[in-house]
Amino acid sequence: MQLVLEKRAERSRTVALISPLIAIGLTIVTMTILFAVMGKNPILALYVYFIAPLADGYSLQEIAVKATPLVMIAIGLSLCYLANAWNIGAEGQFLMGAVAGSWIAVKTQGTEAGHWVLPAMLLLGAIAGALYALIPAICKVRFGASEILTSLMLVYVADLLLDYLVRGPWRDPQGFNFPTTAEFDPVATVPTLIEAGRLHLGSILALIVVAAGAVLLGKTIKGFEIRVVGAAPRAARFGGFNANQLILLTFAISGALSGLAGIIEVAGPVGHLQPGISPGYGFTAIIVAFLGRLNPVGILIAGLFLALTFIGGEQAQIAMKIPLDVTKVFQGVLLFYVLACDSLILYRFRIISSAPQVARGTH
Amino acid sequence: MELIEAIILSVLAASTPLLLAATGELVAERSGVLNLGVEGMMIVGAACGFGGAWLTGSIIVGALCGILAGVLMSLLFAAMALGLAVNQVATGLALTIFGIGLSGLIGAGFVGERITPAPHLYVPFITNIPLIGRILFGEDGFVYLSLALIAAVWWFLYRTRAGLIVRACGDNHVSAHALGYPVLRIRMYAVMFGGACAGLAGAYLPLAYTPFFIPGMTAGRGWIALALTVFASWRPGRLVIGAYLFGAVTILQLHAQGAGIGIPSQFMSSLPYLATVIVLVLLSRARTGGSTAPAALGTVFVPDR
Repeated sequence: MQLVLEKRAERSRTVALISPLIAIGLTIVTMTILFAVMGKNPILALYVYFIAPLADGYSLQEIAVKATPLVMIAIGLSLCYLANAWNIGAEGQFLMGAVAGSWIAVKTQGTEAGHWVLPAMLLLGAIAGALYALIPAICKVRFGASEILTSLMLVYVADLLLDYLVRGPWRDPQGFNFPTTAEFDPVATVPTLIEAGRLHLGSILALIVVAAGAVLLGKTIKGFEIRVVGAAPRAARFGGFNANQLILLTFAISGALSGLAGIIEVAGPVGHLQPGISPGYGFTAIIVAFLGRLNPVGILIAGLFLALTFIGGEQAQIAMKIPLDVTKVFQGVLLFYVLACDSLILYRFRIISSAPQVARGTH
Repeated sequence: MELIEAIILSVLAASTPLLLAATGELVAERSGVLNLGVEGMMIVGAACGFGGAWLTGSIIVGALCGILAGVLMSLLFAAMALGLAVNQVATGLALTIFGIGLSGLIGAGFVGERITPAPHLYVPFITNIPLIGRILFGEDGFVYLSLALIAAVWWFLYRTRAGLIVRACGDNHVSAHALGYPVLRIRMYAVMFGGACAGLAGAYLPLAYTPFFIPGMTAGRGWIALALTVFASWRPGRLVIGAYLFGAVTILQLHAQGAGIGIPSQFMSSLPYLATVIVLVLLSRARTGGSTAPAALGTVFVPDR
């Protein structure tokens, strides 16, 4: 007896629809076991993680706030991954966008600058993110260097640049030597949607990005080219599509969205530039992109779900002393199951007997 | 003279984890598997290695714990990428994300604890020879082990029949399968070897490099090890040169920071990462004629029967 993979004649539509749900189910089973092993009450832990944050208004807002960067970044990443371009440095592009946008906020601090400040910050953040993403893309297209490694290396560089700026030239003189800039002026801050609430304009922008992504992929020739280049590179070559140009394009879009997410995060929920502005949004967004099956609407749902795990993780730490690393384990396990379940869309298991097969006479 | 000796000693120590991890990845990639989870396997190896040594007081038990952790992580990768034919890039990323979280959980119990680091070799009289004595005969055991391992890998890949079969799987899995070799099983062994090396490389950090564990202490070394295999054109000899060059960049920037030259420390700290990007570009550019990578690297193989 042996278990083997067998290619399905056609993609299974049923499995394609339910595979993310199976993955989430399996992840929850795994986490239940993990909680039990850690000596925590699994039922209570699951409740704190997944149900409690949905029960109060503050947490619901906080979920939307956390989902905003995740969804924005993941939409861009999905374009890259569909085109078979592996941008895994979104975290660095996020930080670069935050740094570049903050430059305007820092330079206009305390001046009579008008309402042009915030739009200019968002624009500069997006441009910086795009340019930073174009470095690995150009290295790939022009020199053939692996974009996986170069984009990842640039994350560390961006992190160190931010660290230098907030400890050096941009440090708040009144900040008791903490590595942070001064609080941004009101004109340099993303407005909130509810009086005294946390939900901000960025969440609306994220929804617009989702819609734009859906239109780009579903209704335009460029979107079609992106999908063909990734799914059938040979066919794309015969069709005369320029794969290199699409790598540059998808990296630039992805970098711009990551950069935009970065400056929105800094000018919105955080309110100033400091190290540790991202709890790994750029990496979690990779999971969001796959869990959403590289589909804009799917990514929106997946982004909200992973935001829930961030909030649930924080609450579980406070209420049950469950370490925050459990959230990362959870996210890693989830990605494993998502990928495994996706495999069952293309393949199915078959049990074969290991006894020597009788040779078939006919072909 | 003393300073030069100190610099060379610290370069060797900084290079060893890179060399160990890259050695394992080289074998895995030569069999056709691109495992991007080196960073994840290393950090779990670091946590388990420190835990083992801290609980038992034995460096060897610690190293074995690190190796075992790396192998278990690599089996997870193998189950996904080989067993379920999942995209290797995505699986490797998942392994790294998972590993970083898992190492935090494992290591939470002994953050802030210290152990006695791995002892250094001491040969009476010989180790006391100025300059070369300590460099050649005064290292910790891991340094010698890493060099022995890469030599063994060279011998295995180029001088044994089994090594030839591994390379055949990496260059053309369809032909290797047609000749009757169990491609997936061979690749699984190669991935496990990669996991063992990455686990040991991770364990080296808290066992010999710094005698304590901090979360995220691998700091991208797993990714640099991946870049080193490209740098080395998948050849063991060049891997040694590459690992020591990168170790040297890491150490020299530390010494430059210590000497207080007027460049902000963050810029110096970013040098190893920038060097990786520049090296990848220069090397990829130099071989535009044809790639030296194993031809089947990173591709999914599902045997048809």
